[in-house]
Formats: sequence, C-alpha cells, structure tokens
Amino acid sequence: MKPLAEHIRAITPREAFRPVVMFVPWIVCVLVALGMHTLAPLVVDDYWVNVLRRIGVFIVAAVSLNIVNGFTGQFSMGHAGFMAIGAYIGGGVTYYGSLMLHGSVGDPSFQTHGVLLMLGGVAAAGCVAAGAGYVVGLPSLRLRGDYLAIVTLGFGEIIRVLLELTTKQLYTREEVTLGALFKLPLNGPTGFERIPGYASVFWIFLFASITCLIAYRVKQSSSGRAFLSIREDEIAARAMGVNLTKYKVRAFVLAAFFGGVAGALYAHTGVNPSPTDAGFQRSFDIIIMVVLGGLGSISGSVLAAIILIALPELLRDLQQYRLIVYALLLIIMMLVRPQGLFGVREIWDFFGKKNRPTSKEESNP
Amino acid sequence: MSAAHTDDNPAKLAEQHIRPNTGDGPVMLQVSDLHMAYGAIRALHGVDLTVRQGQIVTLIGCNGAGKSTTLRSISGMCKPQRGKITLEGREILGLPSHAMVRLGMAHSPEGRGIFANLTVEENLELGAFARRDKSGIAADRERALTLFPRVRERMKQMAGTLSGGEQQMLAMARALMARPRLLLLDEPSLGLAPQIVQTIFKIIREINAAGTTVLLVEQNAHMALNIAHFGYVLEVGRIVMARPAKELAASDEVRKAYLGGH
Repeated sequence: MKPLAEHIRAITPREAFRPVVMFVPWIVCVLVALGMHTLAPLVVDDYWVNVLRRIGVFIVAAVSLNIVNGFTGQFSMGHAGFMAIGAYIGGGVTYYGSLMLHGSVGDPSFQTHGVLLMLGGVAAAGCVAAGAGYVVGLPSLRLRGDYLAIVTLGFGEIIRVLLELTTKQLYTREEVTLGALFKLPLNGPTGFERIPGYASVFWIFLFASITCLIAYRVKQSSSGRAFLSIREDEIAARAMGVNLTKYKVRAFVLAAFFGGVAGALYAHTGVNPSPTDAGFQRSFDIIIMVVLGGLGSISGSVLAAIILIALPELLRDLQQYRLIVYALLLIIMMLVRPQGLFGVREIWDFFGKKNRPTSKEESNP
Repeated sequence: MSAAHTDDNPAKLAEQHIRPNTGDGPVMLQVSDLHMAYGAIRALHGVDLTVRQGQIVTLIGCNGAGKSTTLRSISGMCKPQRGKITLEGREILGLPSHAMVRLGMAHSPEGRGIFANLTVEENLELGAFARRDKSGIAADRERALTLFPRVRERMKQMAGTLSGGEQQMLAMARALMARPRLLLLDEPSLGLAPQIVQTIFKIIREINAAGTTVLLVEQNAHMALNIAHFGYVLEVGRIVMARPAKELAASDEVRKAYLGGH
C-alpha cells in the first residue's frame, strides 16, 4: 500500500479536473436554457416567445429523428407517432396527476408540483415511446430499406386511430378512478384539453440542448460509429463485426425516446394534442427538417427546425400565398444543395481549420 | 436430381485434377460439400476446400463461377442450404457474419465497401470495432499504416475522395485492424491499374509473411497463382481443379482458360 500522499501526488491536473470537466457540457445546457428564458421576453413579444417554444420542441424532434434517418440511414416515417404517444402520456400525467393530487388543473398555487409532474410525465413519455419504438423497430429493422418506411408510416396512422377511439376526458376529481383511467379518457378525436402550459422556454431549451448534447456524444461514440457505418454500407458494416439489427434498434429506440420527450413538452405549450398530431403530415414536417438540415448533421437539424417553424410565421403576411413560397423555397433548396444545408457535417466544420477537405484537389498539393 | 449430379461426367473427369491441400500447418478453414442457391439459381454444387495455417490459398475462376458466393458463405453473408464450414475446428456455418470477426476472420468484401462519407481514420477505427484492447488496436494501426504508407497520408480525408487503389489499400488496412488470423480478400485487383495491382499483391504477401492466413478470390489468375501456395479452380459452382499454385500455373488447362493461353 502506498501512502495516501503519494497517490495524491500521482494525480495529474488532467485527472484532477476530470469530474469538473465532465459536467461542463451539462452546465452549458442549463446556461443556454437560462439565457434563452431571460433574454427571449426582453427581445420579442409573447407571440414570438410561443413560436420560440415551438421551435425548441421541434429541435428535440428533428435532432432525435436525425439519429435514425441521418446517422443510421434508416428511413423512419412515423416520428409523429412517438411524439403523439409522448404528448398524451406527458399531458395525461400532468392533467390527471394535478386533478387527483390537487383537485383542479392549472392552479397557480400548484405550479411547483405541477412542473414536477410535468418532468415525471416527460420521463414517462420518453420511456413509453422508447418501448413502443422497440416493439415497432425489432421486427421491421430486420428487413431492408423500404419496409421500415412502410411500417413506421402505418405505425403513425395506427396511433392516430387508437387516439381517436379514446373515451371522453374527465374534468372533476370525483370522476377520476383507476377504472376510469384504464378506459383512457383522452378525449378522442376532439383532442386532449386544458393541459397546463408548464413547459416554459427554460424547460424546453434545457431539453433541446440536452438532446443535442446526447446526440453529439452518441455520434462520437462507438455506437455512433456503428450507426454511421450502417448508413454507409451495410455489408461492410457486418464485415466489421457490427450487429446490424442490434444497432439499428438501438438508434430507433433512442430516437423514439426523445421523440416522446418532444411530444410531452409539446403537450405543455398550451396546445391541445389531438390525434392528427400522430398523422403523416406531422411526421413529414419533421422529416423535412432533417433532410433540409442535412442527414447526419445535428446543427443542421437545429437550424432547419428554426427556419421551418419561423418561416411560415414570417410569411403570414402573404396569407394564402405563403404555402407556395414555402414550397418554392424547399424546391430551390433541393436543387441548390441536395445534401441539405450542412450535409453530414456540423456548422463549426465550415469555420476555422479545414481538416476535412471535400475534394481531392484541395489536399493534393 | 442428386443422382444426376454425382454421375455427372465433367465432375468425374475433374476428380483426377483435384488433390488435397496437404501442407505443413494445421487446418485453419475447412469447407465441405457446400451447396448454395439464390432462389432457383444454384450457385454452388458442393464445394470442398481446405486452407491451412500460414498459407495463401487462392480461388480462381470466371465471372459467375461462384467465387464470391463461396467467400460470402464462409463469412456468413449468405446462408448456404447444405454443407459444413469449420474455422480452426469450430463449426461456423449459420453464425451471423458480425460474429465471425470475433472468431478471428476478417472479410474485405468485393467492391471494397469502404465508408465513403467517413474519414480514412474513422474507417480504420471501424475495422477494430469488435475489439476493446486499446493498446493492441494502436499497435495494429501502426502496423497497417506501415504496410500502407499511402493510407497514412490520407488519414483526415473522406474515404470517398481516395483513388481506387487507395480505397483498396484502405479496405485491406481496415480488415487488418481486426487482427484476423484468417483474412478473406474478394477481388482486390478489381478495376485497378496493373502497377497498383503489383503493389497490392506484394502487400498481400507481406501480410501473409507476418503470420496471417489468406484466402484470396481473384479473376487475375496469373497474379494470384504467383503469390499463392495452393489454388482452387472453380467452374459453375464446382471445384474442378485443386493443386499447389505452381503446378496450376504450369498446367495447360489453366493456362488456356485463365492465363490467356500463353
């Protein structure tokens, strides 16, 4: 046994600061969220603060879908299905939780507990969505290419129909019993109402930045390498010892988890989640974000989410023509940069040192 | 159906050209009676071959003879209907292909299969995907890069921007990153300039000299027989000749059919 002093002397500064350095990215996430929360109301009006919350939700959705469609190259078309599961689970936990614990929903005196309920709901939403992702992904990811697109497309529609079949919402504490909850009182086609808007800019951007951080870490990890190798060449990936099904399912479940988180946050932004939120239209909105930003680029997805949520708002003055302008912009985009805004790269790869030359001429002197 | 096959005349004729691979080393890979069909199309009609430790064994034949299918069956990329494949005495037929790497077999697939949108460095890292020993990986990386200095110059470049020859070198370097005891090479000379082919074959010999057993599938019979210890000739899904490589290169049949008749 060496004396303790020697052990301490043997610690290099690098090792000593590792615990501190490890938390820095997470602290940055909190700071980003706090910064957005305090600055946003000073810079823009309430309407745009709401748009900002929507942007944050879709950053989570787009970045998570990018793990499947971008990193792993599997074309999932049912991300809205996972979002809707998340929205109903998250909203349900907060709504019925408040009703049971406090007797009413959205009471300001219950705010702190309500926010805690929301966070629990977000976690539950992520887990349930991840479970659904596992069930859907395991059989369909064994098959090649198109089948996943078809199965996930069907999955979104199945969720939509199932949500339409849910029973009427309960509004008083007396009605809420275990038996009644088992009948899924989520208000059918009308949409789940009166979920308190606890997801402030802080919470949304906290989750958005954490999602980006985790996606980035995943991209750098050995799993991430496996994802990318699957996208590039499945046969070669197998030859490297990558278990295709295992890593495809892992990517899919991860994406479903954050899809659920995005949905749960969405439910708390003062909207009424309805079955159409699980439909094809919404899935396609998210896919467009991923493709526009560049398949595999996290910062690209973030920027695309910002543009595609803000643009229709900015074009609101053009009224009925705005959809035409929107479509036109997308077509121009596809013609000019078919690989998306950033391709597979990140925004910082375009600045500073050029360590990834794109063409041979650049590197051959 | 099966009776018609065994009494098949050409098969009988071929038997006199088939000799067992009797080398010094212990048997590394043993393939026996391998049958493989893609739907109704039968690609292999009972292939037998032996690879001994320390050898370079080559499998030559024309387009569509079943060379790649044999290799793909060995590495688990396709599922043969019948037969037996053992690697160092262990039955491996039916195991998933990703498990093969952990058993010491690396497959450099036809058409190279490099990851075009990843850097050369990332490609090499993926070669060691199945391994966890960091120091061993670093050592093998150094070894691979010493064998392929061209690859070292391109480390930060996207693999898709490399020339065909460099891509082939990368594919082989990447396969070596798994530290295989048996290396399966599928058409390493495909589409490359003769000069590059020379280099590639020289390196295959070096890899073998360093202790890696090689099973080489080639259309370029001349080059392959030149470096191999033992050779098999495959014709429409059957082994029609099996002899030490020197004898094959000298035999009239092979010269006529595969070496341009000189």
